[in-house]
Amino acid sequence: MKGAAETDAQALFRYVLRLGDLSLVLGQRLGEWVGHSPALEEDLGLANIALDLIGQARLLLSYAGEIEGRGRDEDQLAYLREQGAYFNAILAEQPNGDFGQTLVRQVLIDAFQLELYERMTDSMDARLAAIAAKSVKEVRYHLRYSSGWLVRLGDGTPESHQRVQTSLELLWPYTVELFAEDDVDRAMVDRGIAPRLSEVRAAWVERIEAILAEATLKRPADRPHAWHGKRGQHSEHLGYILAEMQYLQRAYPGARW
Amino acid sequence: MTTGASDMDEPVGTVVSDVDERVAVAWDTLRGIADPEIPAISIVELGLIRFVKARHGGIEVGLSPTYVGCPATEVIRRAVKDALQDAGVGDAQVTHVLSPAWSSDWITEAGRRKLHAYGIVPPEHVSNLRDILRADRPVACPRCHSVDTENLSEFGSTPCKALHRCRACLEPFEYFKCI
Repeated sequence: MKGAAETDAQALFRYVLRLGDLSLVLGQRLGEWVGHSPALEEDLGLANIALDLIGQARLLLSYAGEIEGRGRDEDQLAYLREQGAYFNAILAEQPNGDFGQTLVRQVLIDAFQLELYERMTDSMDARLAAIAAKSVKEVRYHLRYSSGWLVRLGDGTPESHQRVQTSLELLWPYTVELFAEDDVDRAMVDRGIAPRLSEVRAAWVERIEAILAEATLKRPADRPHAWHGKRGQHSEHLGYILAEMQYLQRAYPGARW
Repeated sequence: MTTGASDMDEPVGTVVSDVDERVAVAWDTLRGIADPEIPAISIVELGLIRFVKARHGGIEVGLSPTYVGCPATEVIRRAVKDALQDAGVGDAQVTHVLSPAWSSDWITEAGRRKLHAYGIVPPEHVSNLRDILRADRPVACPRCHSVDTENLSEFGSTPCKALHRCRACLEPFEYFKCI
């Protein structure tokens, strides 16, 4: 029995890290816009979304540390894990590109988090249910912001339309990973902790198609796509993100404010 | 809101000894703590305090964050601890309460009036919104009361506020978001 309980804890640990890392890496990416956005309002908007995402990551990583039971806290998990121990979907670490590309990535992930968290508010895991209920309120505003911009850019000038359509083609294949189910995901469904990803995907597709239609954008074709981020194998981009994010704790171990 | 349990060991020294009185003093103290980002309104009026309980030799306060990444939460936590210690209610413990998630509906009526007087439009009640993802009815300008206003950004100077502009008096203003 002890063996089974340990396996259960390991699967939950991995699952919570996936959610937390998705928020952390995306939040870190959005932070790159601070001081560089096209307008002050967008600087504030993207920074606020980044702040929310990092707040969510703190809750999730703290919980992951407790599940693991080896005394690692949110900071140790964020600042002292190697690239191979990060389990975010690779979409989150894709470069910002231009403002439109950042917004396309944001819409795809916001809609995913919205559909996922809405279904997780009644999770059998009370802690995840509470985190989901809190986060979903914030994610609604993230999607309101990002989808509003996607509609303006898609249905804007020929130049803005072409740019976001190109970004959509570029990033669409990575969305496969958000809904790719493995043993960890199945274990969460079996235990009533997380919703089935196929169900999340159906709702996500419906929502995304409505936004794309309003934005006069074409939904790219679905193609098989290899996915590795949830297993700890990342694109070349994550290493650079971590190098910047972890620099201070690596150079001055244990440094505090 | 909450009264202490009567079977609790009574504290000694300078701490207010009566459990009910200790809780009452704690509430009074909390009502005097202004929100660090919006000093016109107290943390009690914002609906951040979930409970106050007398515990052995001190007091326990349940505090909810408005937004999970809001940097003010840590400032508030420290202000609560310090103020309660100064108020002589003994050792103060601040417990982070995540569930149920904080709602802008919990801002008190007095808090709403103070927000408005301060130039921030108070939030619509959650149940009045058809769909939070779509545009709502226009927000009236807190200065000239015109409803000819536009949303400039979903995010303002803090996570809890959106940025609007009045087309009639041309002044920008903030709207406390409904969550």
